[in-house]
Amino acid sequence: MIDVGIAGVKALLVLLMVLNLSAILLWVERKGSALIQDRIGANRANIFGGLLPFNLGIINTLIADPIKLLTKEDVIPAGADKLLPFLAVFPVLVTFAAVPFGDQLQIGSTTINLQVADLDIGILYVLAMSSLAVYGTVLGGWASNSRWALLGGIRGSAQMISYEIAMGLALIGAVMTFGTLDLQAIARAQGHHFFGVIPAWGVIYQPVGFVIFLIAGIAETKRVPFDLPEGESELISGYFTEYSGMKQAAFMLSDFAESVVVAGLATTLFFGAWQVPFLFRDGFHFPGGSVVALPQLVVVVLQIISFTIKVFLLCVFQILVRWTLPRYRYDQVMDLGWKFLLPIALANMLVTGVVVVLAG
Amino acid sequence: MGAALFLLLAVLTVVAALTVVLHPNPVKSAMALVVTLFLLAVVFVLLEAHMIAALQIIVYAGAIMVLFLFVIMLLNLQSDEPELGRGHGVQRVLAWSGGVLLALELAVVARGVPAAKVGATPAGYGGAVAVAKSLYTDFLLPFELTSILLLVAVVGAVVLAQRQRRPDVS
Repeated sequence: MIDVGIAGVKALLVLLMVLNLSAILLWVERKGSALIQDRIGANRANIFGGLLPFNLGIINTLIADPIKLLTKEDVIPAGADKLLPFLAVFPVLVTFAAVPFGDQLQIGSTTINLQVADLDIGILYVLAMSSLAVYGTVLGGWASNSRWALLGGIRGSAQMISYEIAMGLALIGAVMTFGTLDLQAIARAQGHHFFGVIPAWGVIYQPVGFVIFLIAGIAETKRVPFDLPEGESELISGYFTEYSGMKQAAFMLSDFAESVVVAGLATTLFFGAWQVPFLFRDGFHFPGGSVVALPQLVVVVLQIISFTIKVFLLCVFQILVRWTLPRYRYDQVMDLGWKFLLPIALANMLVTGVVVVLAG
Repeated sequence: MGAALFLLLAVLTVVAALTVVLHPNPVKSAMALVVTLFLLAVVFVLLEAHMIAALQIIVYAGAIMVLFLFVIMLLNLQSDEPELGRGHGVQRVLAWSGGVLLALELAVVARGVPAAKVGATPAGYGGAVAVAKSLYTDFLLPFELTSILLLVAVVGAVVLAQRQRRPDVS
């Protein structure tokens, strides 16, 4: 019974983490894009009549926007199918179940593994769920009974299938390095330090793999410079053109949640997951030999904070990319995926294999 | 607990599989097939075959069915085709007799199958390591031959597509 309760709490915690981070990212995106484009951005929330030294623009994004979207009229075009955008949201939200956000927590006699689903095939689970995400896009476009939406859906599915291959091959390099498919084991394997100073994070073993993974991940989230499925200037809004109110918000949410998932995976595989440099189970061990002992609960909290900060920074990086680069042409997207990323990922796999065999 | 879960899954899987055959709309029929494959993967998880479950979703539900959907959308099959669900008198007779024959065969096969031995599976059974070990030792030759077969299929598809595009080549 306690086990079921703990599992439920963990699932809820991770779900809230992803959803809240997505909402906060929406605000960061509004303010960040404004910063890059030399505007002020979301500023219409002068709630206390200028009494506060800062304005509460974030209130708009987090509270006023959802209320507006929930109460809007839901327009369904003639001849459209009522397939729910739920299809787009579900695979994204369940992906995070395999991502560990902390080490084991010991309370009395119960050990809690800070990971919703402790899977020995964690990476395959993530790939399986992300391969289901394509249905939300392609069926969302198809169900609208609109040419723009259908074009967006078809572009999106072709792009997602293409980049899934490069993404999977980039992950294989990391799997070979750590010798396991279990994400928690991969997180633990990144706990030591090279020369006692440099944290042994995955990005040091697999720099090429990380770059390929990040590019393919951004392509999977269908954001600039890979936003052809949406392509505002060509397709109005692509596969979710015909959705209004909360349904449109669901597609937006799945977009941001996908960013969070990509950042979460990149953190887990390449940036030491929940590891904090020099922090071990019993406290900090600094290179000079000084030791700061910490209780286990503090260590776990530090780990969760570290994981969240890393995920957030990678999300912000994705937003910076989005507002810096122009959109690719469609043939350029396909060329990049098939003729550039795929061969490099294969070569990376080969080199990694040789090194792993030679190093024993 | 396990038996009840399996029963629920089995019913859902059969309902989804029937939807594939009976639904008049090709796209929804394909989606029902995706659901069927997904539920089968869950059955595999219950059988401790985690690796097979993941591969089932990645390969069938995630890749092959997307291509199915593509073909259905590109051919622009209409949902309300009048022929669907009817057919000639001869067709009906053939279909029914074929169905009855299949049912009889299944009944004979089911009688011949010995009762399954229920027992605890060893730890790690059906995991990535166990599957990989048997794939790269006992079944290495079939595995490699299959990969060559797939390569030939891919090359063949490309050659056929290219010949159609440039009629002056041959």
